[in-house]
This record gives sequence, C-alpha cells and structure tokens, in this order.
Amino acid sequence: MSCARMEGKILGYVDGRLKESERLEVEKHLGSCAACRLRANEFRAVSGLLDELPVIEPSAAFDLRVHARVAAEPVKQSWWAWFAPSPRVAFAASMLLLATVWLGLRPPDSSLSATDIDKINQDMPVLENYDVISDFAPLTELPPPLQADESTQQNQQM
Amino acid sequence: MARSDVQLMLDVKAGDEQSFALLLHRYRSPLVNFLYRMVRNREQAEDLAQEVFLRVYRAREDYVPSAKFTTWLFRIATNLALNSVRDNRYQRMEISLDAPVTADAEDGGEKTMDVAEKHPNIEQHLIEKARSKMIRHAIEKLPEKQRAAVLLHKYQELDYGEISKILQCSESALKSLLFRAYETLRVELAPLVAQQLKQ
Repeated sequence: MSCARMEGKILGYVDGRLKESERLEVEKHLGSCAACRLRANEFRAVSGLLDELPVIEPSAAFDLRVHARVAAEPVKQSWWAWFAPSPRVAFAASMLLLATVWLGLRPPDSSLSATDIDKINQDMPVLENYDVISDFAPLTELPPPLQADESTQQNQQM
Repeated sequence: MARSDVQLMLDVKAGDEQSFALLLHRYRSPLVNFLYRMVRNREQAEDLAQEVFLRVYRAREDYVPSAKFTTWLFRIATNLALNSVRDNRYQRMEISLDAPVTADAEDGGEKTMDVAEKHPNIEQHLIEKARSKMIRHAIEKLPEKQRAAVLLHKYQELDYGEISKILQCSESALKSLLFRAYETLRVELAPLVAQQLKQ
C-alpha cells in the first residue's frame, strides 16, 4: 500500500472501523513507513482531544417548546374533506333551497276567480279598442263634446 | 424491548403522539450538541433542533423507511445548520464560546462548568480551560462541511455510508474531507497533540 492510499484508510484504522483485511494491510504499511506511523499516532491524539469537548444538555423548556410548536401545527385534512362545505356555506345553500321549494309549491294568486278571469278575457277586445281610442291623436284635436242643454238651444235657434 | 427508530416513526405516522415524544427524548441531546458545535450558539442550536423535530413531525405522513432514521434526521439537521452558518443571520447575535460562563450555560450543565469543583487547584483549572478553548477554536475554524463531517463521524458515530448520504457526497469524497479536517486539526492542535504523544 502506498502513502497516498493511506489517506483513505488511516482514520478508519485509528477509529477501528476497517475490515480485518484492510486493517492488516494498513498495519503492514505502518510497519515500514515512519511518516504514516507518526500521522496515525497524531490522528489518534486528535481523536482523543475531541473527546474532551464539553457536552451540553438541552434546556429544561426544550421539550415543551417542541410540543407547543407541534400542537400549533394545522391539522391535515384528507383530500375528500375539500368537498365538505363550511357551516356558513351549508346554511346559506339550505336556505336558498328552502326558498326555492317554498316558491315552487306556493298556490297561484287566489284573489281572482276563474269567472273573473273569463270576464276579463271577454272584455279584452273592448279594452283594447278603448286603449286605441284613448291614445288616438286626431281625436284630441276635435272640439270638446257639447252638453245636452247646449245642443237643445242650438236646435231651437235653427 | 425498545422500539426501533423506524418503528417509532411509523407509529407517529399512524397518529401515535407518544412515539414522537419518545423520538424527541432519544435524539434531543445528540441533535442539540451537534447543532451547538456547528453554529456555536446555544440558543440558536436549540431553535434549529426544534425546527428539525418540527420538520420530522410535518413529514410523518409521507415517511417511508427507505433509509436509517438517523440519516434522515441528521440530514435535516445538517442542511439547517449549513444554511444557518452560511446565511450569517445570527452572526451579530453570536455569543462567543469564550464568553464568561452565564446562567444559561449553567442551566445547560456544560461539563466545563464543573471543572473548578473537580480541580481545586486553580492552575490546573486554568490549564484545562485553555486546553478546552483551544480544541473548540480548532473545530470552529474548520470549513463548515469538514466540521459537519468530523462531528457526525466523531460524536454521532455514524458510518461512512450514512455520513456521505447526509452530506450528499461519495464515500471517497467524505474520506478525503475527513482526512483534510484531521490534518488541519493536527496542525492547529500541535502542542496538545505533542503532549498526548508524550504521555
């Protein structure tokens, strides 16, 4: 094994993470290479120094904060929940439906009887004529009609 | 018998909130420590750790046990930490690890806080304090990806396969990353390394 290949193995060797065959290969190289042997020892020393770093404990409120944040998460709804209307929309829709049904089932206006309607239909031509005459423009230009006594006087003078 | 992480996560997916609490209890300390060593700020580390757990919870319905739970968990944590470090948002609020011990640190129960009690000899205490400071500085000076690799390798004891998935690189690239990191640490900590070798 070359010193360059040791780069990928030396840390694994120091930490005891190599396979047996790899370990034997590394040890064989270390037996003949003082520089790599020194480096392996120095890496082992570094690893030992890193063990001296202090360990901290999460603060007492850490769990509470996590649980509070989890509790504040919105509840996920399934996809078909999309079809479920909100109470306000459901109320408005049901009121609209009720109003439609009520109007549909409401009996026709009973103030006019069938006889009255027949009479109106019979009078319809007369009413139509009245409308024509009342709006007929040439008639408005005629002199006002004479009263009965005035017409009698006129006849006597003649 | 303790349920595996994957089983707990599947139970969370099925709606069991208690399983989430167990996962939280299992990984709160490793996560906070990993993030603390990454971002160098305790408060921020806790905020990020909370965010990690929240993301795990949010992803519960889509969870598929295709990889180890720890790989997934630390991948979320590493991405958040790397973004945070690069983002530099918290730099102004950063509290130096060299800052005097505060009530906050005492609450956290840092081991170094007990040094004075363990070593009544003030000289010994100062030596150990300086030594600890030097080690922390050496780790802080590593580029963030090398730092993440060292922390995951050394403290979480994840294997190369897991770490390479977390850092999204090949195993050979990871080994190279770790080798360079240890080379840097070896140089930065040369006086301490020499002491270690003499012992």
